[in-house]
Amino acid sequence: MEILRKQTEINFMSLRRVAVGVSALAIVVGIVSLVIRGLNYGIDFTGGTLVEVSYDESVRIEAVRDKLNQADFDDALVQYFGTSRDIMVRLPAREDDTGAKLSSGLMEALRKPYNETLSQSRQGAAQQCVTGAGTAAIDCRVQMRRVEFVGPQVGKELTEKGGLAMIYALIGILIYVAWRFEWRFAIGSVVALIHDVLITLGLFSLLHLEFSLPVLAAILAVIGYSLNDTIVVFDRVRENFRKMRRGNVLEIMNRSINQTLPRTILTSLTTLLVLLALFILGGKVIHGFATALIIGVVVGTYSSIFVASPVVVALGVTREDMMPVKKEGADQERAEP
Amino acid sequence: MNQYPLWKYLLMLAVILPGLLYAVPNLYGEDPGVQITGVRSFKVDETVLDRMEKALGEGGVRWQKVSLDGSGARLRFVDTETQLKAKDLLQRELGDNYTVALNLMPATPDWLTSIGGVPMYLGLDLRGGVHFLMEVDVQGALTRAEDRYVGDLRSSLRDAKVRYLTVRRVPSGGIEIKFRDNDQRESGRGTIERELPELQLKDEERQGKPILLATIRPQQFEEITKFALDQNMTALRNRVDELGVAEPVVQQQGDRRIVVQLPGVQDTAKAKEILGRTATLEVMMVDEEHDLQSAQTTSVPPGSKLFRHRNGSQILLQKRLVYSGDNVVDAAAGIDNQTGGPVVYITLDARGAAINQRITGKNIGKRMAVVYIEIKSETKRDADGRPVFNDQGSEVKIRRRIEEVITAPVIRDQLGKRFQIEGLDSISEAQDLALLLRAGALAAPIEIIEERTVGPSLGKDNIDQGFKSVLIGFILVLIFMLAYYRLFGAVACAALMLNLVLIVAVLSLFQATLTLPGVAGIVLTVGMAVDANVLIFERIREEIRNGNTPQASIHVGYDRALSTIVDANVTTLIAAIVLFNFGTGPIKGFAITLSIGIITSMFTAILGTRGVINLIYGGRRVQRLSI
Repeated sequence: MEILRKQTEINFMSLRRVAVGVSALAIVVGIVSLVIRGLNYGIDFTGGTLVEVSYDESVRIEAVRDKLNQADFDDALVQYFGTSRDIMVRLPAREDDTGAKLSSGLMEALRKPYNETLSQSRQGAAQQCVTGAGTAAIDCRVQMRRVEFVGPQVGKELTEKGGLAMIYALIGILIYVAWRFEWRFAIGSVVALIHDVLITLGLFSLLHLEFSLPVLAAILAVIGYSLNDTIVVFDRVRENFRKMRRGNVLEIMNRSINQTLPRTILTSLTTLLVLLALFILGGKVIHGFATALIIGVVVGTYSSIFVASPVVVALGVTREDMMPVKKEGADQERAEP
Repeated sequence: MNQYPLWKYLLMLAVILPGLLYAVPNLYGEDPGVQITGVRSFKVDETVLDRMEKALGEGGVRWQKVSLDGSGARLRFVDTETQLKAKDLLQRELGDNYTVALNLMPATPDWLTSIGGVPMYLGLDLRGGVHFLMEVDVQGALTRAEDRYVGDLRSSLRDAKVRYLTVRRVPSGGIEIKFRDNDQRESGRGTIERELPELQLKDEERQGKPILLATIRPQQFEEITKFALDQNMTALRNRVDELGVAEPVVQQQGDRRIVVQLPGVQDTAKAKEILGRTATLEVMMVDEEHDLQSAQTTSVPPGSKLFRHRNGSQILLQKRLVYSGDNVVDAAAGIDNQTGGPVVYITLDARGAAINQRITGKNIGKRMAVVYIEIKSETKRDADGRPVFNDQGSEVKIRRRIEEVITAPVIRDQLGKRFQIEGLDSISEAQDLALLLRAGALAAPIEIIEERTVGPSLGKDNIDQGFKSVLIGFILVLIFMLAYYRLFGAVACAALMLNLVLIVAVLSLFQATLTLPGVAGIVLTVGMAVDANVLIFERIREEIRNGNTPQASIHVGYDRALSTIVDANVTTLIAAIVLFNFGTGPIKGFAITLSIGIITSMFTAILGTRGVINLIYGGRRVQRLSI
């Protein structure tokens, strides 16, 4: 089986102005959204408390909210999480020093309507509760699924460190590509990566998807993936520059992209296949992560064709730049004036 | 053409066979077990083991296997019912000095364990448990240190007969010493520089009076921070032991943070209560007028009390407090310059030093005891482990005082601010003692700044869903590759399977933590690992299209694709390494599986598939390739 039986001869380079327009538009929309709406930061970044519980029967959100209000959790945000038996409660970060006590208090408040108190529970088994003096321990009607508390200082740090991590990754890549290829290629690939990150972030902002720590990790993985794609094209460009005696820069770029096109499509397909499996089957916790990667893989595939190579062309790459022997001399010439 | 030398196949086998071997432990399930560890100085040894076996035998509980190692004893049982019964029996038999924790133990056969074969180490998000990130309040520790120096400054100025007006801590930081005139200030400076060199002095003037502004030197400040952290680590380790958790983790992170992980713990409120407890030290004189034996058998004389010594013996102390842990500034293990024996150096604050001087001066030749005290506040539970309620319907809390004499040395000389305890058996004993002394010194406040608790049901869901998505993603890719590349696809599928096995083997062997994002990393690797094969196979097709012979196409395909694959993977690896350095816990897990996956996939997808392809096509005339 072959998707592209014949060598394609698509003139990608002639589309580069259109592509620049499309990309620019997407990035501008993304940035505007990022500025106006911002990102829907999860508690990893904002700090706060999150409790996920599952009831033994359906519950009404209003009822849970009322109970929490009575327990002085006025600022609690209550919502269903998947089914009508699963509830997620969020509290914003508080400035006072109650900190981690809050999450324990929240669990207590959720159990209170059922008059149950946590008893000793076995590892790996459901939580056991008692409902008063002398009663036998039974499975709690409110089961704690997850508790997260993040202090405001941790969140702030994470935002800084996350931004720095992205910058470090980009610099590392810049250096490696410049060393293995040439500085124009390094800039081309980094521009493509920034393009991918901005569009992914923009989409997360536009669709108001939660931006959590796993999503940040996914974006760093997107950087890795998209680069992978770009490098494959660049590798072919380098080879063709040395091999093809005729043809100008644009033709060589076109030929290279066309030659690697089947591989680009196939790898994106297999990666998207597994990501879809992760998206559908991986569960709620991993949902945002899978979403970011899916967006990133699609955008990354596009950018390695329509962004990275045109940037290299725009920076004025020539055949001489890619010749292994002459390369050093060419470098010096550039350095002299 | 396209033949591999034998050594290459041998090399492959040398990777594949151990890979398979170390992945195998993950196939065995887990046995319910009980893990027994000693609290503080108590150790689990053969005699304890005998007691345990006897208690279980009398209770009619049968165990499958017992093992004893440096950390404690482990017993395995057939089912959870016997496990629970055994836990109760053992807890009753061993009492408070041993932790009896329920645990799930890998059912790996002995021959595998003996060569280091263990299952993957699952993160808390997969097996459930509590993760706390705690931060030592360095500012608080600094404030306390300054408060202490206020006392030290006063007493050293007084001792040197230097007149001063006031000594006080400035709220914005630093200690202000006010003098009547410049002459006094100069003699004050001389004294302070001599007695308290860790303070930095600056001349200032306030309300027409000359003052010295003393601040703690950065180097000293660093030591205070380090001390505060060490102290809290020790205290937390001791308390975690009492939580009865199998495989707890207490780990330093950065210069002021501590990670505490308690697998399987569900009652976070109780965990916080225990971790937040404080310990103190009390120094008392040993009662040497009364006979220990008669106190043990008949009655304890008034004004004295029997204490348990850390070494298991009993000791009679005078109840009157000499000074407490609040006066202890530092305790460090070291080697004595003269005798060369292990010692513990203790530093007291001004108040403690004054008392110490007075008491030791009067009691040369007598013994002084240091008692470690911890107040336990816990929910009262009945015999079945259920909380007991009062009339108002809330839980009954009981407070228990745990007291233990950690050392009782003879006073050789009049002591002051700094002194040392000698006569210790080994440097490790000195270190133990220093740790306990420090844990009981006035603690730097510590605060939980992050909590992540995963309940058992979510942990199980995470494992199930993670496993399912790996499996389905894997199958989808297999089908795709088979349909698209036929025989070559089948070879790629085999390589992909091997890759998965190798990832599991590496994770197991190095006991890297597998988290849910880590599972996602494996899924992603599955998708990306075929990339190398896609690159190679597309190249081979291209060569065939260009009119090359099948053999030459295989050769050129692999050759040309190699540098591309390496370049592409190295850059992904850069991103993964950055991720590893940036991330905490779960994110690190993702970076780890991604990195391992990238490296193993290069092996399987390039070397592995080439080996098989060479076996199939190599060294003969081939008309067509099944690609």
